[in-house]
Amino acid sequence: MLPKIARGVHALSIILILMFLLAPVILVFPISFSADAYVAWPPSAWSARWYVALLHNEEMVTAFRNSLLIAACVTVITLVVAMPAAVALTRWSFRGQDALISLFTAPLLLPSIVLGLAILVIFAGYGLVSSWPGVVIAHLVITLPYALRVLMTGLGTMPSFVEDAAGTLGAAPWQVFRQITLPLMTPALVASAALAFIVSFDEVVISLFIAGTQLKLLPVSLYHYVESWTDPLVAAVSALLVLGTLGIVLIVERAIGLGKAVSK
Amino acid sequence: MTVSALEANDAKSGGGSLLSTLLLPIVLVNILVFVAPVANLAAMSFRSAAATGAMNEGFDLSTWSSLISDAYYWSMLWRTVWIGALITLVTLVLSYPLALFVSRATRAKALLIVLCISPLLISAVVRTYGWMVILGDQRFLPAVLRSFNLTPPRLINNQLGVIIGMTEILMPYMILSLLSGFGKLDATLEQAAETLGAGPFTVFRRIVLPLSMPGILLGCLLCFVLAVSSFITPKMLGGGRVALLATEIYDQAIVTLNWPVAACLSVLILIVFGTALLFYGQLSKIVE
Repeated sequence: MLPKIARGVHALSIILILMFLLAPVILVFPISFSADAYVAWPPSAWSARWYVALLHNEEMVTAFRNSLLIAACVTVITLVVAMPAAVALTRWSFRGQDALISLFTAPLLLPSIVLGLAILVIFAGYGLVSSWPGVVIAHLVITLPYALRVLMTGLGTMPSFVEDAAGTLGAAPWQVFRQITLPLMTPALVASAALAFIVSFDEVVISLFIAGTQLKLLPVSLYHYVESWTDPLVAAVSALLVLGTLGIVLIVERAIGLGKAVSK
Repeated sequence: MTVSALEANDAKSGGGSLLSTLLLPIVLVNILVFVAPVANLAAMSFRSAAATGAMNEGFDLSTWSSLISDAYYWSMLWRTVWIGALITLVTLVLSYPLALFVSRATRAKALLIVLCISPLLISAVVRTYGWMVILGDQRFLPAVLRSFNLTPPRLINNQLGVIIGMTEILMPYMILSLLSGFGKLDATLEQAAETLGAGPFTVFRRIVLPLSMPGILLGCLLCFVLAVSSFITPKMLGGGRVALLATEIYDQAIVTLNWPVAACLSVLILIVFGTALLFYGQLSKIVE
């Protein structure tokens, strides 16, 4: 057993490391209630003026709405595309299956700056840059691998003999899917939807390339705002985003466990 | 071969046609946003840009040769690699005790895991902004240091700021990898070693560390690869003074509009990735 002092040092270092990890997420909250015109510590007075300013900042409000809408579209399309693929890749076995799975999850391994640039170059030729469909399609490159993996894990842990039984009893494939497979994989569906939504909503590098200057998206607008302004407005947005993300984290954790969902 | 109801029914109605239909959408999307763009980008690195910004006809090696002969890019490549390696090392040193503690925790383990991993789901812009609030002049950390009568060093718009911010951004990835590796660690092994008279340091060096090596290697690969390709955090905390491969790709693609150079640098990043992957494969073999 370790002596007492060593244990004390150990406990203290664990707490310090945890504080380091959470510091940036926590500190935006006090700063967001600063009454100052620029970020400084400690704030000279407290107020909610930057939250009020945020409501009247047209660019931020528009960007927030656009990001929500895009993330919603991306989530729906991601599920529609990933669901049949996940069923095919877990309920069939065929030659080249593993290679296909690697191909579908490969975009996660590539740097998003390379993906963003690669998609920009192709999309520029078809006028898809700065357009809604362009951004939605581009986001699919990163949301699909996550969703596919979560759905495949969900289907993989679900015994296929239930489906077999239904089939033997005369249910058509579509009936089996509707009445057996779909209800059983609801947790995986919820988790992959939440992940696809948050990944699309948070994506900044690919959006920076594809959304251009016309189509305002929240992470991109925040990035540009920070480049030219030093007031605590971004702290107010950040605090709200942290709270929103917390909600998503709870959904994913309840559905399948956070660790399973986000590992690369 | 999995014999499922879907398959059994499908077999009656004519083989793999249902299978192909189910896979068709994802194949199309994958080609459209992944295979075609990346192949096209690799091909573009063999073109060159005219002075007007337009691209010259035909393939040539001039972009590559001008890149390779330019010392500026060599020093940038070197800086990217060593900063990436340093960030990986610091991330490992900070994440290891925390991950070990979490994996041993008996109370509130689920909460601890969520606390360690959920920062992953918060936008990199928000978390990096958090670091600007902490490290900036007249801001949190310098103010705290001054209240102890210490003179704070410059913490932002330099490499130190980038390393601090990147370390925190990458810690959840490292913790995840380490946790998956700690699964193999059996507490009874350590107890046995202790009973046989091994001190805590010996137990760690001879039992805990070797058994957690696979997780360490995986975490290091992941963090190095992400550190080398990160763009937002070096841009925001480096204040334009820390030029890395990823920030240069963005500048070439969006500011200078020299796409062939940006394409070359992208291929260069992928080569760094491949090299890291080879190293990882070799080291994994040694560890086993």
